Amino acid sequence: MTEIALHGEHEHPSGIARWLFSTNHKDIGTLYLCFSLLMFFVGGCFALVVRAELFQPGLQFVSATTFTQMTTLHALVMIFGAIMPAFVGVANWMLPLMIGAPDMALPRLNNWSFWILPFAFLMLLSTWAMPGGPPTTGWTMYPPNSLQTGMAFPFVIFAIHLMGISSVMGAINVITTIVNMRAPGMTWGRLPLFVWTWLITAFLLIGAMPVLAGAVTMLLTDKYFGTSFFNAAGGGDPVMFQHVFWFFGHPEVYIMILPAFGIVSQIVPTFSRKPLFGYRSMVYAVAAIAGLSFIVWAHHMFTVGMPIAGELFFMYSTILIAVPTGVKVFNWVTTMWRGSLSFETPMLWALAFIVLFTIGGFSGLMLGLAPVDFQYQDTYFVVAHFHYVLVTGALFAIVAAVYYWLPKWTGHMYDERLGKIHFWISAIFVNVLFFPQHFLGLAGMPRRIPDYAPQYTEWNMISSIGAFVFGFAQLLFVYNIVRTARGHGAPAGARPWEGAHGLEWTLPSPPPYHSFTEPPVVDDAQAHT
Amino acid sequence: MAGSSNRWFRLSAVAASLAAAARPAFADFETGLTPGVTTTSHEIYWLHGLAYWVCVAIGVVVYGAMAWAIFHFRKSRGAVPAQFHDNTRLEIAWTLIPLLILVVLAVPATLTLIRMKDTSDPALTIKVTGQQWRWRYDYIGQGVGYFSSLDQKSVDAAKLHSGIDPAAVPNYLREVDNPLVLPTGRKIRLLFTATDVIHSWWMPALGYKVDANPGFINEAWTRIDQPGTWRGQCAELCGVGHAYMPIVVTAVPGEQFDAWLAKKKTEQASAAAAAERQWTKEDLMAKGQEIYGKICTACHQANGKGIPGTFPALDGSPLVNGPVAGHMDRVMNGKPGTAMQAFATQLSDVDIAGVITYERNSWGNKTGDVVQPSQVKAARK
Repeated sequence: MTEIALHGEHEHPSGIARWLFSTNHKDIGTLYLCFSLLMFFVGGCFALVVRAELFQPGLQFVSATTFTQMTTLHALVMIFGAIMPAFVGVANWMLPLMIGAPDMALPRLNNWSFWILPFAFLMLLSTWAMPGGPPTTGWTMYPPNSLQTGMAFPFVIFAIHLMGISSVMGAINVITTIVNMRAPGMTWGRLPLFVWTWLITAFLLIGAMPVLAGAVTMLLTDKYFGTSFFNAAGGGDPVMFQHVFWFFGHPEVYIMILPAFGIVSQIVPTFSRKPLFGYRSMVYAVAAIAGLSFIVWAHHMFTVGMPIAGELFFMYSTILIAVPTGVKVFNWVTTMWRGSLSFETPMLWALAFIVLFTIGGFSGLMLGLAPVDFQYQDTYFVVAHFHYVLVTGALFAIVAAVYYWLPKWTGHMYDERLGKIHFWISAIFVNVLFFPQHFLGLAGMPRRIPDYAPQYTEWNMISSIGAFVFGFAQLLFVYNIVRTARGHGAPAGARPWEGAHGLEWTLPSPPPYHSFTEPPVVDDAQAHT
Repeated sequence: MAGSSNRWFRLSAVAASLAAAARPAFADFETGLTPGVTTTSHEIYWLHGLAYWVCVAIGVVVYGAMAWAIFHFRKSRGAVPAQFHDNTRLEIAWTLIPLLILVVLAVPATLTLIRMKDTSDPALTIKVTGQQWRWRYDYIGQGVGYFSSLDQKSVDAAKLHSGIDPAAVPNYLREVDNPLVLPTGRKIRLLFTATDVIHSWWMPALGYKVDANPGFINEAWTRIDQPGTWRGQCAELCGVGHAYMPIVVTAVPGEQFDAWLAKKKTEQASAAAAAERQWTKEDLMAKGQEIYGKICTACHQANGKGIPGTFPALDGSPLVNGPVAGHMDRVMNGKPGTAMQAFATQLSDVDIAGVITYERNSWGNKTGDVVQPSQVKAARK
């Protein structure tokens, strides 16, 4: 033990012990990223079962019960298993490199917050083997419906608790690292946008995840210990769960998009060869979005029967989010303006992010208008909306980040041609997949149904075709990553991108075991703001 | 104000229906929201259009600028990067202009919302009750109330591997046995509640959906402009039968509605009288099979085996094969904390007597018991 501590530079653990006991930010980052990639395919398989069943009306493959279980687990796995851990993985890798630190501030906590996750998901997925199977409630678990769940119920709730603990510990680590471990000269005004967005995201996590834990614990006591939080017969209110859940749920949405904003704010300036436009307003905008995220929750519940004052307040606060979000989009476009643009794979994904995330923003604005939401609520219009922000938003940014920093992580360039093929197939078919869902929702198709009236057949077929092509195209991504990680591809050098600025590019690729053993000194030129 | 805005909404509705008529060949590739058949739905449709075109306009500016930049400022065309990175006036402009646009959207939305909340002075009040998985409509103060369940043809075709082509079933998953009948031209107040879990009553033609929460009552109102039949369905995930609780509204002119209501009232009175007489076992079994097929199969399955781990089997069940009183108590009062509801308030004496008789003499259950409606009536006291 002391041997390792004293000579950590030379004798860090190898083999399975390296991964199990790792306190190294890069190894833990890699674990997070591999885990989220695995979960992305697990959740993707659930989605493909859903899309296969919806290819035509009638039930062809699975029962209504199995279908609803698929939708529930698809959401839980994608949100807590794929998107969130992927962002944490990128943060683990990049935060110390970007602020000039040797590692994360709390390396043992870091190890623990990762290793909770595989067990949490093992528990969640084991519900398939239980009598009655996973919940048929959707990821939102609204009571009283969720209280009818069988044996799986406490397992799902405990799994959610574990995921929450993991997230909160990760957030504490991020805040501690950013506040305490910045290199000399890395002032708040020079902090890269990705670091800023993660700092704010970490505060959202600490504010939101415990609320989810409280909500699901109340479900647990209602079901097993005779309380009546959500049971009107005992003096409770089923709608109160929705208030508590969405008080977590809406900040959660921004937890999944703010780091994406950060990633795009790194990539667009690099490939425009021009500093980010409006650095300060970009930071203010992220902070404004984060603040607003705590006072808009009831726009998920316009139809539950709120007093008019409530509906008006949540309508106004919701559409107000369009302002800082608009500021971000305008600043990215202006960053490109009169730059010198090139279109390597990370830039393509970042540009697709701006275009397609904005479509999700538009539908979000429409959904924010309460009277019209009485028509949109709980339809495929909503499904289209949140998949535009989560798939072409969060996921596209994660893919962009992987292509952008993979040369740094592995020391080798990925296959650029394959990356572009992956991009174009994904960008086209993700729209084939999700755009028709706007039409389905407007034409009257509710979400979370295994079977539908025949007038919705055509758009569902098109959407399902898009889903299968988009899903299988992701195998190209895996192939490209594996190939690069195994040392194929040209050596990357310290700074593979001509227009890239920032501390991470001053280190060799891959970076040394303890990223910065001596703190670098940061000046304006390096910060590039 | 109200008059002139009404005219605008009517005009836009006429324009929308013309546009819809112009492309009947593409009826199945439906892409748009329905303008609906009430003032409220027209206003919402108009707001939807306004928000949509605002988004299109912003999209043209943003995507246009992006496309211009992508085309003109390419490195491959020899573009040299400028180094500007700040402009406070620009930042203020693109904060304030979107704010103004939001005000333009918020004002009509607020007015519509305020109008929608005014449920005063209705000519008729109807209570809508959601339950797993059908709707019940009660005409308050009229002595008329009935269930509205998915049409049997859809039920058969909707089974896994049913072998029936849904396209061959008229209004597949959008047809009910008893539609909600409403008069045109009268202000109708709708009250929404539920007996078990949260449901959501969505009728696109009326312009809204309202959640039906167990233990609470929500309200809304409508005034339908024209006679016709419109379809919708439950919009809040309410368990495995969520896709199978459609809503059908039939609007008829006032006199026709009054006649229908009077006829319905007489029918329900004579049905109550039927509970008084002695029923034969065959009649009760037939009634029981009908009710079981409509209500009980969703959980306990047609073969009485239930779904292991979720819904208990009735075939061979000790409760069903035990004393009649225990069985009757479970059906009438339900089992708290499970999907088993208290059916005493939902089913008639004849229905309950039939279903209990049916369950005690079906599959492997051979108790030979016959339960009379009069016994059920007595148990209610």
